[in-house]
Amino acid sequence: MRDQAPVLLRGVSYAYGEGELRRPVLRAVDLTVGPGEIVLLTGPSGSGKTTLLTLIGALRAMQEGSAAVLGRELMGADEAARVALRRRIGFIFQHHNLLGFLTARQNVAMALELDPALRERERLARAGAMLEAVGLGAHADRVPAQLSGGQRQRVAVARALAGSPGLVLADEPTAALDRASGGEVVRLLRDLARSRGVPILMVTHDPRILDIADRVVALEDGRIVAAHAGAADRGGPPPLSAAAARG
Amino acid sequence: MNEIAAAPKLLPWAPERTGEVPPAAAGGLAPDGRGGGPGWTRSLALPLRLAWRQLRAERARLFSALAGVMFACVLVFMQLGFRAALFESATSLLSAMRAELFLMHPLTTASFRPEPLPRARAFQTLALPEVAQAVPVYMAQVSWRNPETGARRMIQLVGFDMEAGAMRFPGLEAVAEALKRPDTVAFDLRSRPEFGDIPGLLARAGGAPLKVEAGNREVEVVGLVEIGASFGADGNMIANEVNFRRLVPQRRASNTDLVALRLVPGADPRAVQARLREILPRDVAVLTHEELVAHERRYWEEATPIGFIFGFGSAMGLIVGMVIVYQILFSDIAAHLREYATLKAMGYSDGYLVRVVMGAALILAGLGFVPGAALSAALYGLVGEATYLPLGMTPGRAVLVFGLIFAMCAAAGLLAVRKLRDANPADMF
Ligand SMILES: Nc1ncnc2c1ncn2[C@@H]1O[C@H](COP(=O)(O)OP(=O)(O)OP(=O)(O)O)[C@@H](O)[C@H]1O
Ligand SMILES: [Mg+2]
Repeated sequence: MRDQAPVLLRGVSYAYGEGELRRPVLRAVDLTVGPGEIVLLTGPSGSGKTTLLTLIGALRAMQEGSAAVLGRELMGADEAARVALRRRIGFIFQHHNLLGFLTARQNVAMALELDPALRERERLARAGAMLEAVGLGAHADRVPAQLSGGQRQRVAVARALAGSPGLVLADEPTAALDRASGGEVVRLLRDLARSRGVPILMVTHDPRILDIADRVVALEDGRIVAAHAGAADRGGPPPLSAAAARG
Repeated sequence: MNEIAAAPKLLPWAPERTGEVPPAAAGGLAPDGRGGGPGWTRSLALPLRLAWRQLRAERARLFSALAGVMFACVLVFMQLGFRAALFESATSLLSAMRAELFLMHPLTTASFRPEPLPRARAFQTLALPEVAQAVPVYMAQVSWRNPETGARRMIQLVGFDMEAGAMRFPGLEAVAEALKRPDTVAFDLRSRPEFGDIPGLLARAGGAPLKVEAGNREVEVVGLVEIGASFGADGNMIANEVNFRRLVPQRRASNTDLVALRLVPGADPRAVQARLREILPRDVAVLTHEELVAHERRYWEEATPIGFIFGFGSAMGLIVGMVIVYQILFSDIAAHLREYATLKAMGYSDGYLVRVVMGAALILAGLGFVPGAALSAALYGLVGEATYLPLGMTPGRAVLVFGLIFAMCAAAGLLAVRKLRDANPADMF
C-alpha cells in the first residue's frame, strides 16, 4: 500500500458561474482519505458534497487549491490526464447507470475494456468472478431490466471494483433503494473494499449506513464543519451534527 | 443473452463470435491504453462491437434506420442508373460507328441536329496515304407515319454507304444487300413503340414487302437493325445515300453531316488527326472516336438540365437518408446520455465514444447498402424492360454508391456526435 494518502485536499475552493453570478460552493476545503479508509461525507442539500466528489473524481477542472488523488495533482491537470486518472477510480452513482443493452457480465466487463493487456476471455472471466463476489453469479447473463433495483446497484458495485481501482467514489448509492437493499449494497461495498484495501469516499444522507464508516465528515455551506470517527471503530452510531442529520 | 451462448445470432464478423478481439498484443504498456499502439484493431473493434450491440438491442429503431439507408441507396442507384442509361443511349448511334477519325462541322452541338459540312472535305482527306476510306454520313429528322394508327412522328434517318463498313449495328449485314434497292429503309427495332410494331408487321408480312410512309414518300422496310432510341431521336431508320437523298430532297448533295474516316491498318489516329488539321480548312473539326462520343455526351450533360436533374435527385436521396440516420443516432445518444456519461466517468475518452457513434453509422451504411443494392439491381431489370433504357448494375457504380452512402452515414454520425457533449459526467452525480 502506498504511503501517501489516496486523497489529499488542501485549500480547495470552487465556485459556479462568473462575475455577478459567481457563487462559491466550496471554501478552502482540507480533506484526507488514508489508505484503505472508508470516509462518509454528509451535509445538507446544496452544501457542495457532489461538487467536491466530482473534483476528486477528476470529472471537473479544479479552480483553486491543491488536490492530490492517487498521487496525481489535479490542479492544472488537462483533460487527457483527468481521463487517465478516472480509469483508476471506481464510481458508483445514485442511479445504477448500467447499459441497458448489455448483460450484467458485459456491463462489468466494460470497466476492463480500457485495459489493453486483457483479452476478451479474461475480461469476461474477471467480470463473472466480480459478479460472484456481489452474489449475482447466477444472474450474470441477465440484462438490467431483468434485475431488481438492489441487484442492479450490486452490478454497479461490481463494475466499480472490477477494474481494481485505487479509490472508490460513491454519491448517495442507496438513495434510489429501499432500506433493506440499500443497507445490503453498502455493506457489500464496504466488505469488498476492505478485503482489497481500497479506500472509499461516499456521500450519503442516509443515517442508517453511517456505521460502516471509519470516519464521517460533515460539510456545511462549502466548509468542513465536523469530522469524527465513524461507528466502525466505536461500535455505535456516531454523534451527528444537526446539519449532517438533516438530509 | 450471454455473448458466448448467443453467438450464432450475431453477425459473422462480430468479435463476440471468436470470444476475443483479433490479434491484440498481450503486452499492454501504459495503463491508459495509449502505449505504443497495441493494435488499432482493438481501438476500433471494441467501439464497433459496442455500437452493434446497442443497435441490435432496439430492433424497431435498427430496422427503420436500415430502411432509411436502403431508401437512399435505391434512390441514388436509380438516379445514377437513369443518368448513365440516358447518356449511353444518347451516344449509341455514334458509339456504333466503326472508324478511327471523324470530320464534323465545328458548330455541330449534337448529332441529331448537325451543321452540314462540304462533302468535298471527305475526299480531301484521301490525300493522306493513311486514310483508307472516307464515308459521308447523312442525318435528318423525317416524318414517319405509323402504319397501324396513321399517326405521324419524327424519326431520325441515317444515310451512308453500306459497303464501306463504317457502322456496326447488329443486323446491318443482313439488310445491306436489300438496302441497295430504291426506296428501301431498315428500321431500328429499339425505336419507341409509337412508330408502330414494325418487327411484328414484318414477321406477319412473311416476305411480302412492308410499305410505310416516310418523308412523304412510300418506302419499303426491308429489315431491322438495332441502334436504340435516345433523347435526340425517338427512333431510327437507315438508308443508303441515294435513298437518303430521295427521302430528303431539300438537302444539297454537296453537303454531308459527318464523315467517318477509316485508316489503313497500323496508322496512328493521333498523328493522322494532327496532319488533317493542318491540311483541312477551319470549317471542319477532326475528332477521334472517343472525342466524338465525348462531345455528344458533353452536350447532354452540360447543355441540358438532364445531368443536373439526376444529380439533384441523388442529392435529395442522400439528404433524406442522412436525416433519417442522424435522427436514429441522435435519439440513441439522447436515450443513453447517462450511460455515455458513466462511460466517460469510468475513463472512456471522448474519442472512444465518437468511435462508437461513427461505428454505428458505418454499420448502418454497410447493412443498408447490401439489400439496397440488391433491390436496385432487381429494379434495374424491371424498369429497363419497361423503358427500353440500357439500365444495369455496374461494379463502378456500386462502388460509387457505396462511397456515397458511407459518406452520408459518416456525415450523419458527425452531426449526431455533437450530442455527446451533453453527456457530461460532472452532472451525473
Ligand atoms: N453545474 C452547476 N452550475 C451551477 N450551480 C451548481 C451546479 N451544480 C451545483 N450547483 C450549485 O452548487 C451548490 C452545491 O451543489 P452540490 O450538488 O455540490 O450540493 P450537494 O451537497 O451535493 O447537494 P445534494 O445533497 O442536494 O446533492 C448548490 O447550490 C447547487 O445549486
Ligand atoms: Mg449531491
